[in-house]
Amino acid sequence: MEKFLWAFIVGGLICVIGQLMLDGLKLTPAHTTSTLVVVGAILGGLGLYEPLVKFAGAGATVPISNFGNAIVKGALKEFESSGPIGVLTGIFSITSAGVSAAIIFGFLGSLIFKPKG
Amino acid sequence: MLKGHQTWVFESKPTIIASAAVGGPYEAKGNLASDFDLLHGDIRLGQDSFEKAEQKLQEQACETAIKKAKMKKEDVQFLFSGDLINQIVPSSFSARTLSVPYLGLYGACSTSMEGLSLASLLVDSQFAKNALVCASSHNAASEKQYRYPTEYGSQKPPTAQWTVTGAGAALVAAQGEGPRVTASTIGRVIDMGLTDPFNMGAAMAPAAVDTIEAHFRDLDRDPSYYDLIATGDLGRVGHRIAGDLLIKHGFNIPKEIFTDCGVLIYKQDQPVVLAGGSGCGCCAVTTFGHFLNRMRKGELRKILVIATGALLSPMSYQQKESIPCIAHAVSIEI
Repeated sequence: MEKFLWAFIVGGLICVIGQLMLDGLKLTPAHTTSTLVVVGAILGGLGLYEPLVKFAGAGATVPISNFGNAIVKGALKEFESSGPIGVLTGIFSITSAGVSAAIIFGFLGSLIFKPKG
Repeated sequence: MLKGHQTWVFESKPTIIASAAVGGPYEAKGNLASDFDLLHGDIRLGQDSFEKAEQKLQEQACETAIKKAKMKKEDVQFLFSGDLINQIVPSSFSARTLSVPYLGLYGACSTSMEGLSLASLLVDSQFAKNALVCASSHNAASEKQYRYPTEYGSQKPPTAQWTVTGAGAALVAAQGEGPRVTASTIGRVIDMGLTDPFNMGAAMAPAAVDTIEAHFRDLDRDPSYYDLIATGDLGRVGHRIAGDLLIKHGFNIPKEIFTDCGVLIYKQDQPVVLAGGSGCGCCAVTTFGHFLNRMRKGELRKILVIATGALLSPMSYQQKESIPCIAHAVSIEI
């Protein structure tokens, strides 16, 4: 039960940071999400994101910052097993499920619905 | 005849012999639904693109106005029209359908009054017996061009406005029955350095104030001359700013006669519109539909409509330019 509470608080706080970037710093939505990805990647590279995931679970894995973390994690993992070329091949190894799902479900959605704008 | 610095007084008082307004689904749910000649439940109007739908809106508004005047499209001598889409294609393409001698206009959301001024000038100077004016906007087409695709789901601040899906048309003629255009004040481009496209009302308010002041100065008139003074699409945020600025400049327009098309068109409980309506269609449908209907019913006798336009492009916004704005005022009396 405690895990749920922390997931809610940590996930919510990441969203608060995003909202402050939109409203306070007047960043565009695209700048906001990509900044969060880059911050997640840096924290992942320094090994600081994984403890957050252990602590808050989905609160840390669902926000977009985890996308940056997962990209770096995949690159580092492949680097260890297959050397420098692994940095290139490993980038999407962990995130491939998310990326492929976005493409496939996007495609399926476009078959059924008409865009509204 | 030029009066003062920037006001045309039309001595012959060209008559708006017919007008029409066509709208979309959100306009149908708004305050002015009964003033539309035609309302569409589908934002696509059965077309395969939003731009084609906007073209259709213009064609229907023009055809309805011509039909109401008991004329044929061959009888229309000139067409002035404009919209917000790149290279004003909805206007040019609907002019192709109407095949009337055509002058395309771009004045952003001030297009309706820019067109009405020019059509009245043409008729007053006897260069034409009649001229048709049309202005339109389409919510989805504008969102696509100016902002993010709606599927992206990006948030908008509460100061943002909702582009009206609609077209308004008015047929101005030398002879006939109806409300008459008596004067036009052509606005200057005013830029107060604002850069937020999600707060266009605030950017446009100073332009509206500049033109209102010029109008009363040039004609030596008092705001009490009019039964209604309406700005084009300042919305709830911009309209309040314009009211405050006018008071600061010593113009006390009574609250009950000072209004805004962007505030009037939608209901308070339509949260999707945020601060109110905007777009060329906003002032066009409200003026050519609602206001002219009220004049014909005898509820209003003298009105001043100040259509406000933000002269930005997606490119100028991306290059971090500020938003220059304009406003044109037209005085209509019956």
